Amino acid sequence: MKCTKCGQPAVINMRQHRLGLCAEHFLEWVPQVVQRTIEKYDMFTPEDRVLVAVSGGKDSLSLWDILLRLGYQVEGIYINLGIPHDSYSDASQRKVEAFAAEHNAAYRVVNVKQQYGESIPEVAKRKRGRTACSTCGLVKRHVLNEVTLREGFGVLATGHNLDDEAAVLFQNTLRWATGYLARQAPVLPASHGGLARKVKPLIRLYEREMAAYALVRGIDYIYDECPYSQGATTLFYKQLLDQLEAESPGAKQSFYLEFLRARADGRLLPADAARPTLNQCQQCGQPTTAPGICSFCRLWSTQEEPLERTDGDE
Amino acid sequence: MKLIYRNQTWELKGNITIRDALKKVGLRPESVLATRDGKLLTEDVVVQADDVITLVAVVSGG
Repeated sequence: MKCTKCGQPAVINMRQHRLGLCAEHFLEWVPQVVQRTIEKYDMFTPEDRVLVAVSGGKDSLSLWDILLRLGYQVEGIYINLGIPHDSYSDASQRKVEAFAAEHNAAYRVVNVKQQYGESIPEVAKRKRGRTACSTCGLVKRHVLNEVTLREGFGVLATGHNLDDEAAVLFQNTLRWATGYLARQAPVLPASHGGLARKVKPLIRLYEREMAAYALVRGIDYIYDECPYSQGATTLFYKQLLDQLEAESPGAKQSFYLEFLRARADGRLLPADAARPTLNQCQQCGQPTTAPGICSFCRLWSTQEEPLERTDGDE
Repeated sequence: MKLIYRNQTWELKGNITIRDALKKVGLRPESVLATRDGKLLTEDVVVQADDVITLVAVVSGG
C-alpha cells in the first residue's frame, strides 16, 4: 500500500478514513487531528496551562508528546499507585521520567503511599467492598482534580482514545445508564463547586493509531497491561467493537461520534440529565455526591464504615 | 517466516501477506500492529521466507 499523500510505502492503513500514510505523513497527520479536536470542542488555547495525566502508557505519553509539539504550555503528572507486581508502578514511572528527560518536559509525581500512607492494593485490601480498580479510579480522580486546581492549571488533559470512549459508551448503553450517558463528554467544564475542567484530546483517534504513533515516533511506553486489568470488562467490550469494526470499517467511530452529535442536538437526553447535586466534603472541601465526607477521605479513615452499600457484601 | 506475538512464536511457510499470516494464527488485524526490524508494515505487505515479523498489541498499558 502507498501513502495517499506522497506515494511512498505506507506504514498504516486507516480503513475508516480510507487513508494510508507513510511514517512521515502519519507523524504529521496525528497532531493535526488532535489540534482540530482541541479547536472543535473548545478544549483550551495556547494561553492555558495544561496538566496532562500520564501513566507511562502509549496514549498519555503520546498525548504529552503531541501537545508539546503543538506548542501548548503543558506539564505532566504521574501518580505512583504502588502496584507491586513486577514493579509495575515503578517501571511505569521510569518511562515517564525517561520521556520527560528526553523532551526536557516539566512534570511532577504524586506517590500515593508516601502521601497517604498506603498503596492502592493495600487500601483496597483493607476496605471491604472496594476493588483495586475502583480504588484506583477514585484516587486518581481526586488527586488529579486537586492538583489541577491547587496549582492553578486551566485544564486537565487525559489520553482517552476513541476505543476507550466507545467501550465505555457501549457498556453504559447496554445498561441504559442515562446519568453516565449524560456525563460522558470530550470536555467536562469546571464547576464553581471545585471541579477542574477536564478534556480528552485523543477522542477522534483509534487505539490502533495511538499505538502506531508511539511506535513510529519512538516513544518508549509501558507495554504490559496493568496486572489488575486482566479480563477487565472494558477489554471485552473493545474486542466486541473490533469485531464490528472488522466487518464494517468506521463502526466504532460513528457509534461514538454520532452519539456526541445526537446528544448535543438534544435528540437523546434532556439537558438536565447530567446534573447530580453536589455537596462539599466536610474534610477536604472537594465536591461529592455523598453527604458529609467524600469517598476519597473515607478511604483513609480507619473507622468502620456505615453500611452504605450492600451489593458488595459477600 | 517467523511470527512473534507476546510469548508465542509461529513458523509459517511460503510468501504470504501479513493479513493472511494473521488469519492463519487467528489474530485480528485490528488488534495488532506488524513490524519488521522495528518498522511498521501494512497488512498487504508480502513477507519473505526468512523474515521475522514482530506483532505489537494495540491495547496495552495505562
